Amino acid sequence: MVGHKLVETFVQLGGTATWDVLVVGEEPRPAYDRVALSSYFSGATAEDLSLVAPGFFDVEGLALRTSERIVAIDRIAQTVSTSGGDVLAYDALVLATGSYPFVPPVPGSDLPGCFVYRTIEDLDAIEEWAGRCERGAVVGGGLLGLEAANALHQLGLETHVVEFAPRLMPAQIDEGGAAVLRRRVEELGVTVHTGMATEEIVGRSAGMTFRFAGDDHPDLDVDMVVFSAGIRPRDELARASGVEVGERGGVVVDDACRTSDPNIYAIGECALAHGRVYGLVAPGYEMARVTAAQVLGGDAAFAGADMSTKLKLMGVDVASFGDNFGQTPGSQSVTHSDPVANVYKRLVLDERGTTVLGGVLVGDASMYLTLTQMARGDMPTPDHPNELILPGRDGDSVGIGALSAAATVCSCNNVTTAAICASIDDGHCDLGAVKAATRAGTGCGGCTPLVTELLKHELRQRGVVVNNNLCEHFSYSRQELFDIVRVQRISSFSEVLGAYGMGRGCEICKPAVASMLASLGGGHILDGEQATLQDTNDHFLANLQRNGTYSVVPRVPGGEITPAQLIVLGEVARDFGLYTKITGGQRIDMFGARVDQLPLIWQRLVDAGFESGHAYGKALRTVKSCVGSTWCRYGVQDSTSLAIQLELRYRGLRAPHKIKSAVSGCTRECAEAQSKDFGVIATERGWNLYVAGNGGMRPQHAVLFAEDLGTDDLIRYIDRFLMFYVRTADRLERTATWFNKLEGGVEYLRRVVIDDALGIGPELDAAMAQHVESYACEWKATVDDPVRLERFRTFVNCDEPDPDLVFVPERGQRRPARPDEKRRLLVRSV
Amino acid sequence: MSVQTDVRDALWTDVCGIDAVHPGRGVAVLVDGQQVALFRVDDDVFAVANRDPFSGANVIARGIVGSRGDILKVASPMYKQCFDLRTGRCLEEPDVALATFAVRARNGRVEIASR
Ligand code: SRM
Ligand SMILES: Cc1cc2nc3c(=O)[nH]c(=O)nc-3n(C[C@H](O)[C@H](O)[C@H](O)COP(=O)(O)OP(=O)(O)OC[C@H]3O[C@@H](n4cnc5c(N)ncnc54)[C@H](O)[C@@H]3O)c2cc1C
Ligand code: SF4
Ligand code: FES
Repeated sequence: MVGHKLVETFVQLGGTATWDVLVVGEEPRPAYDRVALSSYFSGATAEDLSLVAPGFFDVEGLALRTSERIVAIDRIAQTVSTSGGDVLAYDALVLATGSYPFVPPVPGSDLPGCFVYRTIEDLDAIEEWAGRCERGAVVGGGLLGLEAANALHQLGLETHVVEFAPRLMPAQIDEGGAAVLRRRVEELGVTVHTGMATEEIVGRSAGMTFRFAGDDHPDLDVDMVVFSAGIRPRDELARASGVEVGERGGVVVDDACRTSDPNIYAIGECALAHGRVYGLVAPGYEMARVTAAQVLGGDAAFAGADMSTKLKLMGVDVASFGDNFGQTPGSQSVTHSDPVANVYKRLVLDERGTTVLGGVLVGDASMYLTLTQMARGDMPTPDHPNELILPGRDGDSVGIGALSAAATVCSCNNVTTAAICASIDDGHCDLGAVKAATRAGTGCGGCTPLVTELLKHELRQRGVVVNNNLCEHFSYSRQELFDIVRVQRISSFSEVLGAYGMGRGCEICKPAVASMLASLGGGHILDGEQATLQDTNDHFLANLQRNGTYSVVPRVPGGEITPAQLIVLGEVARDFGLYTKITGGQRIDMFGARVDQLPLIWQRLVDAGFESGHAYGKALRTVKSCVGSTWCRYGVQDSTSLAIQLELRYRGLRAPHKIKSAVSGCTRECAEAQSKDFGVIATERGWNLYVAGNGGMRPQHAVLFAEDLGTDDLIRYIDRFLMFYVRTADRLERTATWFNKLEGGVEYLRRVVIDDALGIGPELDAAMAQHVESYACEWKATVDDPVRLERFRTFVNCDEPDPDLVFVPERGQRRPARPDEKRRLLVRSV
Repeated sequence: MSVQTDVRDALWTDVCGIDAVHPGRGVAVLVDGQQVALFRVDDDVFAVANRDPFSGANVIARGIVGSRGDILKVASPMYKQCFDLRTGRCLEEPDVALATFAVRARNGRVEIASR
């Protein structure tokens, strides 16, 4: 990794104009991302991991040899010899040989079934072996050991971690943090054995047995072992050629990354700089930059590096930074630990308790960036530093406020947080002005909510009072207006506008009120005045496409569909010439329907038993499922049936924004429930409920809300969660955004939903019961009603289709013509 | 202003019954190959081009009607730009405007002036 960074930097600095660079590597492929190695098990290919752009070496002055090892250095002749028998001359030689995994010299550690975890080949071998066995152990409970354990676990093995030290990750985190980490890891089903010295490993006819030192430890039988007990620098070339190496290994280098031989440099994990071997990639990259400059005559220096790290291990955030163990004389620590939420935080402060020196974060590392900046002195420590590790009361301050200045807010136009703040400083105080000044939000529009949130946050920071008014027609927030509509039993827009608003309404308040009326059980959304409030999607019960046609998405609960239903969809799509695609929501979308075709299409779908999929509504979308225990060899519950049950229960529920869900049959999580507004994962004993996840623009993992629930409790909690959200969220606010602003976070939500602390439980239950009872398919109700059907006309004065619609064939279907194609085709047909 | 025809002498084309245009919502009509969006607000009828200049799709008639200050407007359903129903002017980008048509309601029918 580090070697390739060196070459990249060297090329950038123009080094190849005067130097010829030859890279010799022992592995069969060019450099790849070892840090992301584990993703190889979750589907990344060797090509995905490659760090070398295609064609990178196809230029003058650069060459690469793979599958070839340097076997010796002749420092006097300034040559190296390779395993292929070549002798190559050098003016400067850079050793970037990395490290090898340390395998403790325990008898039996060379038995078949023993592996290390460093290269793609190692992973191939592990995967191959794991396919034939059931139980595995990882020796080493550090960072890499836990990664390896996760891999074994994901390969479906009963997994054990054996650590010699009394706790996990002894080098990075303290006891409190390790205890939380251990609980989290064990929850995932991995068994942890700490304080265990492996005495010997004894082969059995199949697999092996661990014998531990000490009498009271029972033996452990496994079928394979992965050693991950630390790394040792690969300094053998330097050692053999008389270049100075450290007492405990590592090629000694100075600030210029030069070894004791001035023509030889060493960088990355093989180097010993400032008396230490840096086992992280960032310091290695810094050494690469220094060396590239040095070789070209510059005077860059390696000043040592921070060992702060933040990682996600088995889904758990783990971070340590600065003086993590409080070794500074006189320093003091504050800790916050929440055994229920499995969060542990330790903050090391100076003697006077006023400056952050370092710390450990496990389970929630959202404050990592801020805290490391404080520990480095780049940011002042606030007055009450201990509050920094308390659970966020002001969701805003760790949410939007934590966006770095360089973060891209609008990806269409490449606008950063900093650019938006600058435009606010220039006096642009409303969304329109900020959009005009920065162009943020003027492309696909997807970032508008984020820009709005950022704008509000920044204005508040600048002391400007920001109102939460829905729009110019109502001086109320959505939540306030919802309460008014509910308590006053208002049933029409005119009524609420007359009594509580002004003007004539607009495209913001009309659909918002329509959604409230619908959430409160207000009859068919296309009746009477309600129809005029709806955005075009709700108005035509279909999704508007870029050329003015619509898409049709029937509900396919849980993604389960019979061959006969598939045939109906195929026939309808064929007969109406609709472009057909499988969506990301486990159902089928048919595109290109004209307004006047929608009722004809839906008549056929309704006749075949299909219902509206509400792809057009701010409503429940899909409950994705996996095949679960019915088919899958790992499934522990019937996830498909539950997904169908949930989708049918909540179908048609109108909400401030769309709602998505999923149910997975086991912890492998094939349905991706943790990215959903509410998600369910089967356990041996029942269901785990997760809430407030989000995919989309700002992905956010759902939080674990309650564990091992029976189906009745599960459904009651979801009912209340959803109804509470519907009542209190802002317009167009997904559950994740709403949740992030909720004071008291998940504990508060639990108190409301589980303990009924607000005393509204029965009311929420009743509201959901009323929804379930009154649900009717909007499309069925529409095709059955001639009055409602009248609106589905392209022109009210004739039966012509829109003459501007032009399609072209592509891959056996048709799609809208692009403007240039359209111009050509229209000219030709005139 | 885009209505340059002398309205008194214009040739009025009957397009539809007034009941076909629901209050607070639009409909589209095809008049001499032109797509026109009709809106009814209280007792007034407005006619603007149906083609949304930002997307090129013929969808203006499907927008939500409302007000900004004193201006009566329609929001394009595609990317939500708003247009003044009287003048056709886009409220966000004043350089852009929808064509407007002279329109009147007579004897329960809507008529548009041919140009
Ligand atoms: C069809 C589909 C893409 C596909 O070809 O697979 C799709 C298409 C659209 N998505 Fe999506 N999304 C589709 C799955 C997703 C997913 C994946 C999923 O559901 O598992 C996501 C990320 C998950 C999530 O929402 O958390 C997704 C995140 C979005 C977002 C961003 C939401 C966010 O919170 O950031 C939008 C914009 C919005 O809703 O404001 C969006 C909006 C849209 C709209 C409605 C845009 C629009 O207004 O025209 C697209 C129109 C659909 C149509 O015309 O029929 N779509 N969209 C998928 C339909 C799923 C379904 O069966 O209902
Ligand atoms: C599973 C895993 C997860 C990790 N996660 C993180 C993380 O989250 N964060 C982090 O900062 N670091 C992480 N690391 C560490 C990081 O990968 C290393 O710090 C980094 O790869 C070091 O780069 P390097 O170039 O020094 O060594 P390497 O990437 O190992 O490259 C050295 C190369 O030199 C080759 N070589 C050795 N000797 C010879 C020879 N004589 N002739 C020819 N070629 C030779 C080796 O085969 C190897 O390909 C992780 C490592 C692993 C294995
Ligand atoms: S999540 Fe579902 S499909 Fe995936 S492994 Fe588990 S039970 Fe099988
Ligand atoms: S991301 Fe900002 S407009 Fe598309």
